Amino acid sequence: MADYDVIVIGGGMIGIAIGYGLARLGQKAALFDEGDRAFRAARGNFGLVWVQGKGSDCPEYATWTQRSADLYPEFNAELKELTDTDIGYSRPGGIHFCLTEQELEDRKAIIDKMVAAGKGAFDCEMLSHNAVTKRLPGLGPTVAGGSYSPMDGHVNPLYLLRAMHAGFKAKGGSLHAETVVDLAWKNNAFEVTSAGQTHTAAQVVLAAGLGNRALGSKVGLIIPVRPQRGQILVTEKLEQFLEYPTIYVRQTAEGSVMLGDSHEDVGFDDGTSSNVMQTIARRAIQLFPLLKQARIVRTWGALRILTPDSLPVYDQSQECPGAFSASAHSGVTLSAVHALDLPQYIARGQLPPSLDALSERRFHVH
Amino acid sequence: MFTRVNKNNAKFVSISLDNQTVKVRKGLTVAAALLEANIGHFRQTPVSGKPRAPFCMMGVCFDCLVVIDGMANQQSCLIEVCEGMRIERQIGPADIIPEKPEDQGTKP
Amino acid sequence: MTQHYEIIVIGAGPAGMAASQTAAKHGAKTLVLDEQRTPGGQIYRAAEANEARQSVELGKSYENGFSLVKSFRNSAVDYVPGASVWQLSHEREIGYSKDGTAHIVTANQVIVATGALERPMPVPGWTLPQVMTVGAAQILLKESEIGIADAVFVGTGPLLYLVVHQYITAGIPVKAVIDLTPACNYFKALAHMPNAVFAMSRIMEGWRWKREIIAADIPLISRVDDVRILGDGAVEAIEYRHKSTWKKLDCDHVLLHQGVVPDVNISLAAGCDSRWDEAQACWHILVDEWFQSSVEGISIAGDSGSIGGGVAAEQRGHITALGALMRLNKITPVERNRLARPYQASLKTEMQVRPFLDTLFRPADNFRMPEHEETIVCRCEEISAKQIREAVDLGCQGPNQLKSYTRCGMGPCQGRFCGLTVSELIGKFSNKPVCAVGYYRLRPPIKPLLLDELANMKNQPEN
Ligand SMILES: Cc1cc2nc3c(=O)[nH]c(=O)nc-3n(C[C@H](O)[C@H](O)[C@H](O)COP(=O)(O)OP(=O)(O)OC[C@H]3O[C@@H](n4cnc5c(N)ncnc54)[C@H](O)[C@@H]3O)c2cc1C
Ligand code: FES
Repeated sequence: MADYDVIVIGGGMIGIAIGYGLARLGQKAALFDEGDRAFRAARGNFGLVWVQGKGSDCPEYATWTQRSADLYPEFNAELKELTDTDIGYSRPGGIHFCLTEQELEDRKAIIDKMVAAGKGAFDCEMLSHNAVTKRLPGLGPTVAGGSYSPMDGHVNPLYLLRAMHAGFKAKGGSLHAETVVDLAWKNNAFEVTSAGQTHTAAQVVLAAGLGNRALGSKVGLIIPVRPQRGQILVTEKLEQFLEYPTIYVRQTAEGSVMLGDSHEDVGFDDGTSSNVMQTIARRAIQLFPLLKQARIVRTWGALRILTPDSLPVYDQSQECPGAFSASAHSGVTLSAVHALDLPQYIARGQLPPSLDALSERRFHVH
Repeated sequence: MFTRVNKNNAKFVSISLDNQTVKVRKGLTVAAALLEANIGHFRQTPVSGKPRAPFCMMGVCFDCLVVIDGMANQQSCLIEVCEGMRIERQIGPADIIPEKPEDQGTKP
Repeated sequence: MTQHYEIIVIGAGPAGMAASQTAAKHGAKTLVLDEQRTPGGQIYRAAEANEARQSVELGKSYENGFSLVKSFRNSAVDYVPGASVWQLSHEREIGYSKDGTAHIVTANQVIVATGALERPMPVPGWTLPQVMTVGAAQILLKESEIGIADAVFVGTGPLLYLVVHQYITAGIPVKAVIDLTPACNYFKALAHMPNAVFAMSRIMEGWRWKREIIAADIPLISRVDDVRILGDGAVEAIEYRHKSTWKKLDCDHVLLHQGVVPDVNISLAAGCDSRWDEAQACWHILVDEWFQSSVEGISIAGDSGSIGGGVAAEQRGHITALGALMRLNKITPVERNRLARPYQASLKTEMQVRPFLDTLFRPADNFRMPEHEETIVCRCEEISAKQIREAVDLGCQGPNQLKSYTRCGMGPCQGRFCGLTVSELIGKFSNKPVCAVGYYRLRPPIKPLLLDELANMKNQPEN
């Protein structure tokens, strides 16, 4: 008999969502997570539950994303009921800014394509400068326009993470604040070694973010992830002025405004740098000149988990049945589907055909 | 009570606090001047709305925040008073919007 | 082009003033950045103004600063007052703001001399208006000649007694002094007495101050092991536990103090290694004998590395500069060693009294790790000790996770008034040593910065 039905490795946004979902199905689950200062995308992200533009070249990903966004209200209610945590979720719709006419044109092409592919399920409209200003007073004069989708929303990612942790515990999950040092497949069970102890489970789910690449190799899974740095600036608390979340600027329920974000290939350096911060500041002021007067109190550099085509990778091992992996950049958006849908497939031992398109195998067919 | 230690000659400037004129000694920081005027609290926090006043006087605690000449969240313990300065208590978070959208009226 | 210096000193207190003078004397192109409007640091704050008006209440040790400030003014350094440094990178790129404009400067050698902060003292009611630190009261006195009449002084440490003494000299009425030095500390400190005899005059001075309080008919209440400040929107009274009974004292002002701790934010943000020092119950930046940190070219002078006091800070400033000058090839190792010798000798004497003081004035556990669960720990985000315990119960492993769970430490003070409490509390709740708990991960800006300043930074290299 194994110690657990399933062990989840990684307690970031993805690991804890899946772990919570498995525990919620009555599985005896354990979750292992690294220390206090690990590279955590989960703690450095922007908090968008974002649909528009996602999966313009991959309908399966678009559907998966929309499914998650649609599950969010239910997921939110469930977490609230179970853990008494307000994760600050709302879905006022979101705005993608286009700074130049060229960006506006390119955006239109993407949105048109998605609307056509969505067959009525995808709702998004292009907005002129004036139309954006109507929704977001204070918009800078040079911004060309944007696109708006009522399907977008936002959440406090930190409280979401915490609520899922609390939910996991409430459903009987056992949380181990220990780094996993080894993983092996022996006698039809998985052995997970941490802090000198070995734990066994019938199934294992790899959700260790950037750690997945190394762990995957031990159970016959190829997980091609690399880091990409994103820097975020956070202002002091301001009187509410932004009614909608947007891709570069988001105001939290507490009032602080998050300004993001950069895309830099700097390996495992999750620091911040003044020239990138300056670029972010300039763009934020271009978008909302009144932000000039806001003070930056914090900055963040966090590592995104990027795959070769930036889409998620979900797999199950052929070599070691019972080993699953999940790697994705948009862990906040996908939390609902990771918690409510994905665990059902994992518990059954078989990922659905609809996720075939998101398998690592896609990088081999040409 | 905050009191002056040496009552020797001093120069004064006029500033206003929440639209009331206050005469304060020249050369003081805004925080020191307002403390000497025994004004009570300086701000109400954005979290609970509770009143606060300077705690550290050295730029660390951010409990001395006030609005100075329209600029919100200024650390009054680091800024010197000058003639005509308009000071308001900082109530809640900084308000960076000059006029609320409601006040602007809707354009056709 | 970015402005470049051979040596940049951050802070113009005794350590910074000494370091920059020595640096300039040996021909290094030196810049000094300081947030205050005049040189002096915390200890010699507003020294020039007080010398001019011949104040007497601040005492002899304060007057020692006059000559230091004068020679600093006369030395060949570029000095920028009113400059608040918000970034130091490990490549020695410094960002600072002055009068609403941000600048970037670089240096071959950086000397951090940002000094100390008062240790947080989370007791119930410490966020009420009219509760200030003793240091704040002293700043009001030095800089603005303002006294707080009828305040109750509460806490422990040499600074507390010094300020009471300065108040008495200035004729400002003191309501009471509540001494929180744990009774057992006296006994423990005795063991360090033999080394401390070199600083006997200092110990005697402390003793005189105590006598002075009694002579002035100010109630001096010792053996107090718990306090809480009462009031709704303003201070009404302080309650204290004296020999197991709670007593109440009506008052309008409370001044708190329990020692000072290094201001490590800037060094930690630059990536310097630190360690938990159990004797001083705070983080120290690790340095070599020339006070260079683990980051090449960044040295830490004075109290911003570990607490040594004002005189030691001055000696350490000189020694640090000599180390930097040698690395710049301005002096040879032999010259460095020779020039440093007198400073090292007086530093050694000066440091001999530390174990005695650290032991005697070590604040009791319950004043560092509040037992009243409703006590606010993070003043900015208003997070209580209870919320921290609950987060730990939920599996929170350290200060950084706590931040994301509760927003604790996310406000504008950037953890300076909660960081130590948080590390110690998490250690206590999770049964881990503080060194294993760690500290907040700090990043620039280490002081809030206007977005406009960041966007229009001066001397920013284009790329
Ligand atoms: C700048 C930025 C902005 C973002 N914005 C958004 C957004 O607006 N909306 C959105 O949906 N998503 C956003 N994201 C993405 C989101 O944060 C991530 O998708 C999500 O956190 C990834 O989850 P993860 O669990 O794979 O990785 P992480 O959150 O990084 O977690 C991995 C965890 O595994 C642990 N681990 C690794 N190895 C081991 C081991 N051997 N043993 C035990 N534990 C281990 C790590 O310590 C870590 O806790 C953003 C990300 C970034 C960087
Ligand atoms: S009083 Fe503390 S920052 Fe001004």
